[in-house]
Amino acid sequence: MIFKYLLQLGDNALILGHRLGEWCGHAPELEIDMALTNIALDLTGQARNLFQRAAEIEGKGRTEDDIAYLRDAWDFRNVLLVEQPNEDFAFTIVRQFFFDTFNYYAHQELTKSKDEWLAGFAAKSLKEITYHLRFSSEWMLRLGDGTELSHQKLQTALDELWMYHGELVQPNEVDLELAKSGVGVDLEKIKPLFNEKIEEVLSKATLNIPTDTWMQSGGKDGKHSEHLGYILADMQFLQRAYPGVEW
Amino acid sequence: MTHLNLEDQFQAKIDAETKIEPKDWMPEAYRKTLIRQISQHAHSEIVGMLPEGNWITRAPSLRRKLILLAKVQDEAGHGLYLYSAAETLGANRDELVQQLLTGKAKYSSIFNYPTTSWADIGAIGWLVDGAAIMNQVMLTRASYGPYARAMVRICKEESFHQRQGYEIMMTMAKGSPAQKQMAQDALNRWWWPSLMMFGPKDDDSAHSEQSMKWKIKRKSNDELRQQFVDVTVPQAEYLGLTIPDPDLQWNEDRGHYDFGEINWEEFWNVVKGNGPCNRQRIQARVKAYEDGAWVREAAVAYAEKKDQRKLVSPKAQAEAA
Repeated sequence: MIFKYLLQLGDNALILGHRLGEWCGHAPELEIDMALTNIALDLTGQARNLFQRAAEIEGKGRTEDDIAYLRDAWDFRNVLLVEQPNEDFAFTIVRQFFFDTFNYYAHQELTKSKDEWLAGFAAKSLKEITYHLRFSSEWMLRLGDGTELSHQKLQTALDELWMYHGELVQPNEVDLELAKSGVGVDLEKIKPLFNEKIEEVLSKATLNIPTDTWMQSGGKDGKHSEHLGYILADMQFLQRAYPGVEW
Repeated sequence: MTHLNLEDQFQAKIDAETKIEPKDWMPEAYRKTLIRQISQHAHSEIVGMLPEGNWITRAPSLRRKLILLAKVQDEAGHGLYLYSAAETLGANRDELVQQLLTGKAKYSSIFNYPTTSWADIGAIGWLVDGAAIMNQVMLTRASYGPYARAMVRICKEESFHQRQGYEIMMTMAKGSPAQKQMAQDALNRWWWPSLMMFGPKDDDSAHSEQSMKWKIKRKSNDELRQQFVDVTVPQAEYLGLTIPDPDLQWNEDRGHYDFGEINWEEFWNVVKGNGPCNRQRIQARVKAYEDGAWVREAAVAYAEKKDQRKLVSPKAQAEAA
């Protein structure tokens, strides 16, 4: 079960890191380009650590790259939010803000995990994630309370992505079992903090909080949107076309 | 009379190897030459992010992906220091960027070639960064202080990039037959454009002589090109790859490799905008700039609102009263 949990965490980081990597060289200004790449680097690095650990626990001789590059979509356990396309900078920031808020509270809890490795990993990653959350929250404010146009674009992105934020704190079986054993995060516990932070930032950013309550889910159990297939087609191309070689 | 004196004093300083600093007097032509050269270099870093960025989502392992992300990020950083170095000469970053977007300013032609396979990421690191280092090591001794200092920092990162590129080539050259083929194909495509990076032959180089006198440049295009060939040929041999030049051979008398004639027609064509990717590169930069306009405007508007709120905050009002 902890194997699956590590994949849930790792796949979120890998797929969001991939999406941010798509910005590299194309961001609104050089400083933003560097910051987005920095977050992509942190997330991909976290995914790598989590996959190494998952492979070790699984004990079947797989490597971090086997896990990233040789699974098909149904075995990916990331939430639907992180596979959503970049669209524009407003979408990218809303997606990032939801994820960072979740990731921040989740890792804060994970530092208390009964699993020593996971607690250590969380403590190390929390420094990076704290910076990510600061970056995305600040941009929520700048875009939300910037110009009329930026406000409108951010509101659109928020309305479109709103239905994907609930899955982050909605427990599946893996979450429930690991929360019970004190290894994983109790999502019920962080849910109020997560919602409060989102409300706080959205209202400071002068945005209307969407009233829809229907939330999409399924990613954590391998039921994905159409986007993931294309991400994997790109990401896994070389490993699939030239199997079994070193790179 | 005084003007001549200033120029003489300036040249004497250069001859004595004293660095020129932003507030020092300098001839207008020296300032212009430096702004042109430094901004071209900055633009090259920024445009250079595109061919490599093209493989970020397809990097074949997590380790390679991290290295590539970090490398492209370093290039953005180099662009930033170089724009700052140009600003010490009175240039303005926005204006320099406009010159790139409108095609008025040049950037290194090498980035107008496409990256069609993963081995190209290796070849760029090995050959393109290798060629850039030859030039940049020389520039760490350039007479203009801020440029020379920026170059010291950039060179350190570039040599790391070059090692990474060579390591990719090594892994592929020693890998499966398909990987070796990919590596050879990349070398075939990048070899000649890399030699072109050093610019026209000395006899045809418009800016060289004055730049040497001002010690912005310390070695001629042809000298640097020869140095690059001499260093790179044994590296290719070690990889077991063949450099695509039938005229390449060691010349005992000269103590250098002789090499074939560069296709100067291709060189000038790519400079003029007819390379395989000139249009795509500029279009990508223009798109990023235009699509990002509302974001930059929002940041400015938000900062202004924040300042105004500070001014009208109760505390500020109380203090004013």
